[in-house]
Amino acid sequence: MAGILDLDLVGARDALRAGDITSSELTAAYLARIEATKDLNAYITVTADRAMAMAEASDARLAKGEGGALEGLPIAVKDLFCTEGVLTTAASHILDGFKPTYESTVTAKLWDAGAVMLGKTNMDEFAMGSSNGSSYYGPAVNPWRAAQDAGTRLVPGGSSGGSAAAVSGRAALAATGTDTGGSIRQPASYTGIVGVKPSYGRCSRWGIVAFASSLDQAGPMARTVGDAAVMLSAMAGHDPRDSTSAPEAMPDLTAGLEQGVKGLRIGIPAEYKVDGMPSEIEAIWAQGIAWLRDAGAEIVDISLPHTRYALATYYILAPAEASSNLARYDGVRYGLRVDGDSLAEMYANTRGAGFGAEVQRRILIGTYVLSAGYYDAYYRKAQRVRTLIRRDFDEAFGQVDAILAPTAPSDAFAVGANEDDPVKMYLNDVFTVPASLAGLPGASVPAGLSARGLPLGLQVLGRMFDEPMVLRVARALEKAAAFTARPAMLEGV
Amino acid sequence: MSLDKATVASIATLARLRVPDDRLEPMVADLNAILGFVEQLEQVDTASVEPLASVTGHSLPQREDAVTDGGYPDRVTANAPDPAGSFYAVPKVVE
Amino acid sequence: MAESHTAQPYRIQGETGAWEVVIGLEVHAQVVSRSKLFSGASTAFGAEPNSQVSLVDAAMPGMLPVINRECVDQAVRTGLALEAQVNEVSVFDRKNYFYADLPQGYQISQYQQPIVGEGVVHLDLEDGRTRAVGIERLHLEQDAGKSLHDQHPSKSYIDLNRSGVALMEIVSKPDLRSPEETAAYIKKLRSILRYIGTCDGNMQEGSMRCDVNVSVRKPGDGLGTRCEIKNVNSIRFVQQAIEYEARRQIEILESGGSIDQETRLFDANRGETRSMRSKEEAHDYRYFPDPDLLPLVLDPARIAELRAALPELPDARKARFIGEYGLSPYDAATLTEERATADWYEQVVRGGDGKRDPKIAANWVTSELFGALNKAGLDLADSPVSADALGGLMDLLGDGTISGRIAKDVFAEMFESGKDAAAIVEEKGLRQVSDTGAIEAIVDAVLAENQDKVAEYRSGKDKLFGFFVGQTMKRSGGKANPGMVNELLKAKLAG
Repeated sequence: MAGILDLDLVGARDALRAGDITSSELTAAYLARIEATKDLNAYITVTADRAMAMAEASDARLAKGEGGALEGLPIAVKDLFCTEGVLTTAASHILDGFKPTYESTVTAKLWDAGAVMLGKTNMDEFAMGSSNGSSYYGPAVNPWRAAQDAGTRLVPGGSSGGSAAAVSGRAALAATGTDTGGSIRQPASYTGIVGVKPSYGRCSRWGIVAFASSLDQAGPMARTVGDAAVMLSAMAGHDPRDSTSAPEAMPDLTAGLEQGVKGLRIGIPAEYKVDGMPSEIEAIWAQGIAWLRDAGAEIVDISLPHTRYALATYYILAPAEASSNLARYDGVRYGLRVDGDSLAEMYANTRGAGFGAEVQRRILIGTYVLSAGYYDAYYRKAQRVRTLIRRDFDEAFGQVDAILAPTAPSDAFAVGANEDDPVKMYLNDVFTVPASLAGLPGASVPAGLSARGLPLGLQVLGRMFDEPMVLRVARALEKAAAFTARPAMLEGV
Repeated sequence: MSLDKATVASIATLARLRVPDDRLEPMVADLNAILGFVEQLEQVDTASVEPLASVTGHSLPQREDAVTDGGYPDRVTANAPDPAGSFYAVPKVVE
Repeated sequence: MAESHTAQPYRIQGETGAWEVVIGLEVHAQVVSRSKLFSGASTAFGAEPNSQVSLVDAAMPGMLPVINRECVDQAVRTGLALEAQVNEVSVFDRKNYFYADLPQGYQISQYQQPIVGEGVVHLDLEDGRTRAVGIERLHLEQDAGKSLHDQHPSKSYIDLNRSGVALMEIVSKPDLRSPEETAAYIKKLRSILRYIGTCDGNMQEGSMRCDVNVSVRKPGDGLGTRCEIKNVNSIRFVQQAIEYEARRQIEILESGGSIDQETRLFDANRGETRSMRSKEEAHDYRYFPDPDLLPLVLDPARIAELRAALPELPDARKARFIGEYGLSPYDAATLTEERATADWYEQVVRGGDGKRDPKIAANWVTSELFGALNKAGLDLADSPVSADALGGLMDLLGDGTISGRIAKDVFAEMFESGKDAAAIVEEKGLRQVSDTGAIEAIVDAVLAENQDKVAEYRSGKDKLFGFFVGQTMKRSGGKANPGMVNELLKAKLAG
């Protein structure tokens, strides 16, 4: 049975269509694997019965030669997506017991395409974090271990840490993530998988628990660029229920994947060479540049002068939006309630007990930067800088077709590290946040291993709505990198 | 700019968060670290720059005026911690 | 704004002299629309609790607002009717505060860039003149839900049916100077909104609510510190609240105190305002652009289309009634306050092949009809006499079939029975007698019976002429043509 888990999403899809395997077999194998990898704490909720029922329905359709683009493929869903009748927590105590009576647009599209839901994955609480350390359900753990220090548990990154751990640990064929400041790309880099953040507006936000509305974007986390392309095609599309959803039609994402980069102009932003960048990050970046050049791309030095302010901008805007988005968790209509003598006390008790430390920090910062007398200095200022950051990208994309940069400034760190220093934790997002602020699509592709034997990703950024270009360049990198390393735990699986 | 304990306590009240006394002190330190970090934006000249309104450049889509939703009070209160018939209940509000 | 005060400006006499009251109004007008501002749930009044609530209105996690095009159009129509600047780009902001009936923890409103800017409302004053009151802005926002406090000893119950219904907040400049003027402003605003169908103006059901800003000053001084009286829900209460609040402020100022800028509540039972300060710490709404929504951009062509489709507004109609029908400004204002009344009146005037006198029609409508409706406690819509029926009565009067006195009786009968005028005249034989011979016979009889008075008249007591007219009419049962009676009497008495 083990071999079945080696199939990637496209491989499994083809095998299902050919009748070589059944969705029930495949799903059962993944459910068994989920059971076997419980230590990863990748899932908050496993929906085994539902998965098997969906698989059987898929098998019936496949037997008739019917079925959607993802028919019978077992995937995991970040627990930020509302799933009808299935516990949805955002990894927060405050959503205790919450079972939505509705299905998010993105997951509904996935089920419509025939995908099978394995369960809901762990994450940083309300998607706020870069380590998965802020989950009320405990940290998800990276399947990878450092070569010299196999006893130390490492973070899978965050906030989509559970999705990343599940895909990397073969406990899901693929998974949905959401990316607000790097929450798909950074964990993809830490766990050696592919993660794609589409252009803002590509995937409907309807039914996804909001963190920062102007930045949140759902995307696929998968083993290969091809897998991610197939999955993103099913997830994306205009949704009239989301006012910020993009009406632009998504081009075919798989047709041009293998076109290569010959003749493309690839921008290398000078400002991403940050002070104190570890040499191995610099090295993998240089390697990526060499691969693309060797494949026929023209390498162009570009400047994104305001990216150095992106992190500060992000840590004003995202908490500001979050402080307002999270006001609805008040113990009245769903989730946790901690009683109090008055309405105000009930609110404060509920929210004080229901939100973890990082969420509380961000609510307080967000509340402060929006408050009377500080709005102009913080929030408005940050939105102005955001304009400049976007402008930098627009100018750069006048000269280049895509941008290549590291995904994260380091490899995966130990569980519990950085937890006492929020600012240090925020620095993990330094390379991912600029594109988030600009709304641009980006993908992280595993490119190599660090000195400690841990995966390192490279990031491809593209023009607004130019996902085909991002995936095309990502595919070229993937080919050149030929990243075949696997976490030790997968030996024998 | 540096926040003191009293300011953080009042922000917490505004945000309806009960922050116990023993957690207030570390929270003050964390918030000040974050504010210290974001203060670098002061260096950016934004005098002639408009705040970003949208990354897609689209304007607000508008739906037709039709009753297409509602009519399911059971779904509205399905997850309520303290439902009262079709109502939500909260501690009495004194006007 | 040029002010043309009435002859005697409203003043409150204090111990230190006369005080001027300065009033500004924020009117929350519920937009007429089928569904809510940002969700597809119904806006109908009086439904079962939480039955008109979508997942968006209940602020379920991940739910998103999508704006209702008709609500936008209604705001634009209103802006145009207020002669205001309609902004081609406006922005929705979140106003953040916690309250039981505010499920999102914020109200979606418009703060820095409202959909409508400065405009004007023209008040019709008693003496027939008008006065302009400035409009500061109009913006769209969500209504809150409802808290019920009387259902349980220790709990409040929350019904979100109204949560998310579209409101227009219409903010006036501090241009109002008396309770009466304020009442006139509300009435005029309501009249405009009802004309264009953007708000039903029903204050009892809460579809129009007022926040009243009141300050006082010595005439000629700068603006004083104002207090805001929240949520006053009738015109009478608005007037009472202003008067009470102005006197309260004057008392404080005259005893050497100063006014705290604050929010106050009007207690209708006691007829007084009281501070809401006790409630909680000062609000800090932390407005910021709602990131779930994009800037609202209006195509100038759409604005032009809405402008072209606007009905004739009260001011224009009033001017036309004065010019076209020769009505007094007062009658014209009365008849045009409600669109339905003006339509009713014009239906009377436009019938009868143009032979109906508009001024006489105006008198019939404003005195006889309104008087009867008032007495019966009926609205125009429920009037037992239709416009065509009143026109029929006027036609009988105009062609001499009945006399003016008979007409009033016929009208009363019409109002009572719902029958038309001709039928009543026929049935009761009320047709006017215009046959010279018949009238002459009556006149002769009257003169014969009153020989002594005839002699007195002929010796110079002209005043007796009325007596002869009265007797003749009486004898004819009121049916004799009064003009012919006059003529014949004059001739015979002279003889």
